[in-house]
Amino acid sequence: MKRWLHFPFLALAMLAMWLLLAQSLSPGQILLGTVAALLATHALKALRPEKVRLGSPKAILKLLSIVLADIVRSNFAVAAIVAFPRQKRVTGFVSLPLELQSRAGLAVLALIITATPGTVWVDLDRRRNRLLVHVLDLVDEQQWVSLIKERYEALLVEIFDR
Amino acid sequence: MSGAPDLPGWAALLVGILVIAGAVMTLLGSIGLVRLGTFFERIHPPTVGSSSGMALIVLASMICFSVLRSRPAVHEILIAISVTMTTPVTFMLLARAALYRERLEGQSTGDPGDEDPVHSD
Amino acid sequence: MTATFLAWSITASQILLGVAMLCATWRMVIGPRAQDRVVGLDTLYINAMLMLLMFGIQTGRTLYFEAALVIALLGFGGTLALAKFLMRGEVIE
Repeated sequence: MKRWLHFPFLALAMLAMWLLLAQSLSPGQILLGTVAALLATHALKALRPEKVRLGSPKAILKLLSIVLADIVRSNFAVAAIVAFPRQKRVTGFVSLPLELQSRAGLAVLALIITATPGTVWVDLDRRRNRLLVHVLDLVDEQQWVSLIKERYEALLVEIFDR
Repeated sequence: MSGAPDLPGWAALLVGILVIAGAVMTLLGSIGLVRLGTFFERIHPPTVGSSSGMALIVLASMICFSVLRSRPAVHEILIAISVTMTTPVTFMLLARAALYRERLEGQSTGDPGDEDPVHSD
Repeated sequence: MTATFLAWSITASQILLGVAMLCATWRMVIGPRAQDRVVGLDTLYINAMLMLLMFGIQTGRTLYFEAALVIALLGFGGTLALAKFLMRGEVIE
């Protein structure tokens, strides 16, 4: 069992994807999907991905709800900026130090920041762990720094770096 | 007016509203792409189309097919997952490429560069 | 009554998405720089994918869903390769 099932969660997700694409729950499709998922996860082993240890599910749920709310809010903010352009809008880069170390955590932070309209993750200096973010509506730089650090990074540290 | 699925009243109303809202959000995102002045400003609005526009239309499609087939149709969630996972990656890489190109050409982008840590903490 | 509303709103949103595709194409054509064109292309394929989903809702067929999924994944690969090319001048190092 252990020899064949290296990444149980990934294999389950791939099986779910297979069944969604096939749009059926017949035993044949489940068998085919299981075989495909096992082969694919077996192939992934050759890439030797890092082991990711996740923190408490409570923190994950909290992060998920915060991110969803922020995406909805900033969708409206950016749509309003496009629909009703203001004359005095400052746009620019924000640079901030990060404490987050885990690569998976950094990847999730990058997805969160870029998926939220109005902010784009531009560059990460791995040597000094400084992150460069471009912000469309830059009113107060300190506010953006504390938003990213307190709202997202603290939870991500709790989830990935423990 | 031709071509509309045969849905009961409440579903037709819901799908219609969701579809219009999604299309309006996507259009606003694309208008922003035309309207804003610099590259780094223009990279923001398309995210509106790929997050809320996509979510609303996918939701409409899910409701529509679930009611049509009278069983839950959730396969559209695959589109939602793949789009939310992939578009940030492309925008991130494009922003990095643009910054790299502009630094290489010595253009001023207004970013706190490596040699010049203007923004200290 | 609601059926007419649905038909009307589907047509209207298809027109809106069409205009959105035109905007993205405009950005792709006028540039001014290569990265602007790639952002235009990226937006264009997302809009095209949403348009296909709209056709799916209109006709009630799942065929369009598969096409939309394929566009989403291939567009991602294409834009990724272009962005990599802009950064390094080659796609595979």
